[in-house]
Amino acid sequence: MSLDKNTVAKIAKLARIRVPEEELEPLAGELNTIIGFVEQLGEVDTDGVEPMTSAIEHEMFQRDDVVSDGGYPDRVLANSEHANMGFFTVPKVVE
Amino acid sequence: MTKLTGLTIAQAREGLKNKEFSAVELATEYNAAVEAARPLNAFITETPEKALEMAKASDDRIAKGEAGIMEGIPLGIKDLFCTEDVLTTAASHILDGFKPQYESTVTTNLWKSGATMLGKLNLDQFAMGSANITSFYGDVINPWKREGDNTDLVPGGSSGGSSAAVAAHAVAAATGTDTGGSIRQPAALTGTVGIKPTYGRCSRWGIVAFASSLDQAGPMTRDVRDASIMLEAMAGYDPKDATSVNVPVPNYEASLENGVKGLRIGIPKEYRVDGMPAEIEKLWQQGIEWLKAAGAEIVDVSLPHTKYALPAYYIVAPAEASSNLSRYDGVRYGLRVCDEGDSLDDMYEKTRAAGFGDEVKRRVMIGAYVLSAGYYDAYYLKAQKVRTRIAEDFNNAWKSCDVLLTPSTPSAAFAKGENSDPLSMYLNDVFTVTANLAGLPGISVPAGLDSNGLPLGLQLVGKPFDEETVLRTAFALEQAAGFEAKPQFMAG
Repeated sequence: MSLDKNTVAKIAKLARIRVPEEELEPLAGELNTIIGFVEQLGEVDTDGVEPMTSAIEHEMFQRDDVVSDGGYPDRVLANSEHANMGFFTVPKVVE
Repeated sequence: MTKLTGLTIAQAREGLKNKEFSAVELATEYNAAVEAARPLNAFITETPEKALEMAKASDDRIAKGEAGIMEGIPLGIKDLFCTEDVLTTAASHILDGFKPQYESTVTTNLWKSGATMLGKLNLDQFAMGSANITSFYGDVINPWKREGDNTDLVPGGSSGGSSAAVAAHAVAAATGTDTGGSIRQPAALTGTVGIKPTYGRCSRWGIVAFASSLDQAGPMTRDVRDASIMLEAMAGYDPKDATSVNVPVPNYEASLENGVKGLRIGIPKEYRVDGMPAEIEKLWQQGIEWLKAAGAEIVDVSLPHTKYALPAYYIVAPAEASSNLSRYDGVRYGLRVCDEGDSLDDMYEKTRAAGFGDEVKRRVMIGAYVLSAGYYDAYYLKAQKVRTRIAEDFNNAWKSCDVLLTPSTPSAAFAKGENSDPLSMYLNDVFTVTANLAGLPGISVPAGLDSNGLPLGLQLVGKPFDEETVLRTAFALEQAAGFEAKPQFMAG
């Protein structure tokens, strides 16, 4: 499997990272090196092997369904330079 | 009189207890050392006033007989741990100006045990790297140099600010995080001790996430005793981290004296990799002899899937990173790049293009690719199955041994540019990454110098939640190695 320029443009879009047209080709080369490296996993027989879902086996606990934190919108918004009237703001989405 | 910055945690604690000096005096000397360490670029943010303020509180607690196990000990904190009202950057432009309104569980535990904060330490951007050359805040310089050669060397990564600061005595100890070797590899490259505990031992809450199924915090210290003390202070169950495991935290320091008599040390043959320098092979053999002489039994074991660990890692870690890093969108904190008339998508794309470094972008894009429709089974699912195979290898090994001994890294510290392409850089973690994939505890202990006078480390990997055996074996290695060498550059 080899990534071409168009695939890289598609991945960049998925990842929401703007990549200038002239950087797509070199980036394809870099990503292909990594993809080529990981493809050796194909050599491993994994028939009937369960995928790992947790590094350490342990029971997930259930917590009580109660509000345990919150109630301080000013602290939630403290790191936004674009907060307004108790909300985060973004560019207009709906005309 | 000995410099206060020359004391280990255990020694400083003793001095504070006996009123030989105060926590404020200790913090004052360390604040000067932090300043003297500036040529290393180990810190992103220095917090001298906070250090003094916390030290005053420590002195009060000592006077009242309420000292904790790390009382008055000045630490550097990797800038991946959220610290309340103190800039937290993950060494990335995208977190510009971010001052968390909360404190990570691990640092909360450390402050509760009495430790004080000297500042926030540099790292590879989002902990992605093995040389600390991907930080938005510049490269960190290793205080060690090759004999007769003034070339700057890398301190390892991603916890490179931590390793450099500990080695140069700019801090008594530091926190690190380890996703594929980011505590153990920089420890090995700087002649310091670093332990990555079992996955689930330290809470991940409040640590900037890289790859959540692999990330673990741990201490980086001058010796094994200090690592034991500091790990006890950092560890513990935390209901805010769903993968935190509710098991008691032992008194690790107490287990150090138990020795290794009768302990079975496994030597995995697959760790003899092509192109490994003869010096590292020789040091490994020396480590085997040391443990044998201390009464341990040496057992040959096989971990047949070792060579597939790095490729599995470079699917799992980028996949999880691409998901974790989707939160950096310019909306709620940090950098926002948005021009007049831009759409929301324009803002996301421009912010992330300007905010992430090249290595972060590469990994986020690899992750997006291996998780995308049509490729998920071939890459991500396959890697998670290989991961099961790697864990099975270890489970089989534990039938015949109690702890594994391997080299920590395939080379000593190198200069920037000597390992320049991404793939050669990834190979730095060839011996450490298996423990992350299987969730196991691992430690790097300085064991000797190479022919250039640079430190080399040996690694021990143990069973889940058996940090006690890892630490006491490390203690035996440390005593046998008698590693006393110091780097050319000392800050304190």
